[in-house]
Amino acid sequence: MILILLILIPLLTGILTFAFKSGDGAKAMALISSIATLGISAYVSGANYTAPVSFSCPWIPMLGTQFSLMADGMSSMLCLLTGIVVMVVMITNTNKEVEHPGSFYGLLLLSQAGLMGVFLAYDALVFYFFWELALIPVYFLCSKWGGEKRIPVTFKFFVYTFVGSLMMLSGLIYLSLQNPGLTSYSWPDIKAAGMALPAATQQWLFWLLFIAFAIKMPIFPFHTWQPDTYEQAPTSVTIILSALMVKMGLFAVLRWLLPVVPVGVAFWSNTVIVLAIIGIVYASLIAIVQTDLKRLVAYSSIAHMGLMCAAAFSNTNMGMHGIMVQMFNHGINITGMWLMVSMIENRWGTRDMTKLGGMATVAPQMAIALVIISLANIALPLTNGFVGEFMLFNGIFESSSMYHITFMVVAGLGVILGAIYTLNMVQKAAYGNVTPMVIKKDLSANEYIGLAVIISLIIFLGVYPKPLLDLTSGVAGMLAK
Amino acid sequence: MKAIIAATVLGIIIMFAGLMTDNKKSIATLAAALFFVLLGVNIWDLVTTSPNAPQLPFHGMLRIEHYSLWFNTLMTACGCLYILLVRKDIQKVGMHVAEYFALIMFIFCGLYLLSTYNNMLMLFIGIEILSIPQYILAGSDKRNLKSSEASLKYFLMGAFSTGILLMGITLLYGASRTFNIMEMASVLHADSLDPLALAGIVFIMIALCFKVSAAPMHMWTPDVYDGSPTPFTAFMATIAKAAAFFAFIRLFQVSFGSLSERWTFVLSVVTAATLLVGNVTAVFQQSVKRMLAYSSIAQAGFMLFAVLAVNAIAWQGIIIYAVAYTVATVGIFAVLMKLKDYTYDGFNGLAKKNPLLAFVTTIFLFSLAGIPLTGGFMAKYYVLMAVVQQGHLMWLVIFGLLMAAISVYYYFRVIIAMYFKHGNPEMNSEVTTGDKFLLILTCVIVLLLGVVPQLFLNNM
Repeated sequence: MILILLILIPLLTGILTFAFKSGDGAKAMALISSIATLGISAYVSGANYTAPVSFSCPWIPMLGTQFSLMADGMSSMLCLLTGIVVMVVMITNTNKEVEHPGSFYGLLLLSQAGLMGVFLAYDALVFYFFWELALIPVYFLCSKWGGEKRIPVTFKFFVYTFVGSLMMLSGLIYLSLQNPGLTSYSWPDIKAAGMALPAATQQWLFWLLFIAFAIKMPIFPFHTWQPDTYEQAPTSVTIILSALMVKMGLFAVLRWLLPVVPVGVAFWSNTVIVLAIIGIVYASLIAIVQTDLKRLVAYSSIAHMGLMCAAAFSNTNMGMHGIMVQMFNHGINITGMWLMVSMIENRWGTRDMTKLGGMATVAPQMAIALVIISLANIALPLTNGFVGEFMLFNGIFESSSMYHITFMVVAGLGVILGAIYTLNMVQKAAYGNVTPMVIKKDLSANEYIGLAVIISLIIFLGVYPKPLLDLTSGVAGMLAK
Repeated sequence: MKAIIAATVLGIIIMFAGLMTDNKKSIATLAAALFFVLLGVNIWDLVTTSPNAPQLPFHGMLRIEHYSLWFNTLMTACGCLYILLVRKDIQKVGMHVAEYFALIMFIFCGLYLLSTYNNMLMLFIGIEILSIPQYILAGSDKRNLKSSEASLKYFLMGAFSTGILLMGITLLYGASRTFNIMEMASVLHADSLDPLALAGIVFIMIALCFKVSAAPMHMWTPDVYDGSPTPFTAFMATIAKAAAFFAFIRLFQVSFGSLSERWTFVLSVVTAATLLVGNVTAVFQQSVKRMLAYSSIAQAGFMLFAVLAVNAIAWQGIIIYAVAYTVATVGIFAVLMKLKDYTYDGFNGLAKKNPLLAFVTTIFLFSLAGIPLTGGFMAKYYVLMAVVQQGHLMWLVIFGLLMAAISVYYYFRVIIAMYFKHGNPEMNSEVTTGDKFLLILTCVIVLLLGVVPQLFLNNM
């Protein structure tokens, strides 16, 4: 029963928030709701150390679908991440003004409800429902509150993901009909149906499912929607997209692809890893030449997701465990990065790195935060990023693929390139000649709190990642067989 | 069966009412009341018929099964909703308001025949009763040249296709020596199929494809739907089309189901062509009304999936699709009629001017595009599932899904215009509290269809 609260709280408060005319009311409502959701997801994660939490009730029996939710280690970890990120977004937004605040915060909460549903779904049709529902509020958020080119860019994003989801739907329908004598969408039945399929069928079914997830992550060459969308979306939405929505893709690979069509996965592993690694190098190289901060972070996110995707197909215990950890860490780090970008844009009135400089002199607190978050982004030891990336590389190295060393070396290039563009950004933005600020202000109280949450998590999980590892070790062990 | 008689009698009553009074409003009110009476008669039919034993009234000319009655009831309920939503707009079309309502009533009589026919002759009579009132309704705006053109075009093409239907029936009679569709099923065998019968099946398929506006027999659709007075377009594109579909699936499952391997390929090509033409052409339209005409072709492509899949889910699929599509489309047309300008630009800024209207339109468009939690998703889901279960048409399923993705483009253009563009849409008439209530009700039905579709299929 507690699981359904994770969906219902943001859903109902989201609908209520639409009614608010005043910005303060909407913000307060959204903040309270996000704290409540975080509290429950923390409780669910805590309960997970003993046994997974689940919930089920009949929905459409004719179609063999049940409204069943399940929080194992991976799900509860992602719910916790969602709770934290949304709360940080709400905290840092408290001193910002938007047009139509009621609808803005309402839609944000609705997208949170969709995300929670995706991470908790234990039934393929429920999963599909939430997968689409998480998208719709984001579509409206980007199209209404985004940048200049928002409408065509968001539309491209929507159509891309919609095509993917429809492919996935046909795959899931096909799977649900494969169990002799019953139509069922529940995860164990889908898994049993998929595993029993002959190799040739699994091979084409793999792509039907994987394209949807690849678009969402995004994996090269399905990534073209991403930099534009991140750039045009308002920062709060960019955070939701890059910290949480892309995890939907990875999560879906781990829950609905790897266990379901194992033979298909084994057949295509190398192909996917190659695509992922091309993505890492390609995105890193493009990131180096970016001058726009938002685009730089967007490309760096493609590179990071590529590494996680490569490890997901490495089929090693270490790799799987690394993804679990890194999904959480990447969510935290990228949230920090976007917050910094939005603060810089707010203070200096531009995102162009060539026009920035001297933050350490005029706004030292901001500069410290930027440096710490950037170091976590390039996975320096003692930050959370290191723990995750180390495990990922270890996983790729241990994989049984005959090209494992090549994969590992080329993917490793990404780390070096990552250091180049990130440090370059830090140098240009934080040091050098002082450029005049439009708003002369260091961190405000709410930004301070938001960044404090992020930075303490970065350092805590960098030094002592054990709670995260323990939470997800069960799922990781099950995935790598 | 009582409903067939009731529809005829009630239609005549409306016509006489037109002689008694010239007050359009009171005629419309009477008509709305009589449509609810018709719904009552349908429910009466439904509850007094045993679910397991089909009746064979009129010397076996009809075969009344429970799901047919359920389809009739649902469609009549949609008809009531339609009448309530557009009755004011029907009053504005022309002088003879009573006749319009009576003709719609007669179309329902045709619908009841098409859902229960057991004999080729009844199929023919049903198609004619369904079509002839539509020819008249299409031309009811006599001062408008486009309306007259629509009527003439529809009539000529319709008459032609009816001829082809008769030809098909004749050939089939020659091959099977019966008009009875059940007996025909037992006479026709796949391994020893008379070429006469095969030609007959193809002719009938062509005629029915014409009625449901499947490509390449769709040419009349955009002009007729665009030229007809908007309230009647809403009816022709939805309930009348659903009736033709029910007749289609009934014949091809009951009589020709065992021969499916002989006609599946032809029909799957027709389906693919319909999806392609409908969706791709809709993208280039500038008028929302014309876009909806092409969208109705595209949606027909999805409904053809149900005909292709010869199995039990297909029946459920066609019923849920008919209801979901009808409700959402009627809703959009009801909103469209409130606006002066039928182009996309006419919708600019509607969200600011009238948030409720914009919101319900968004839900209806979501439904047509097949976004989850709306009826349209469940409808597409059922027909896709029916075809996937059939097994050998996976290519068509994937093609259909790609086309569904294209449909997002033109449906979302309306949403973009309403929410993200600035403008001050001119309204045709005021949105009254009654209108708001009805639109919200329609919206709730769309969402209910998407969340608990079993409510609408419980009687199957």
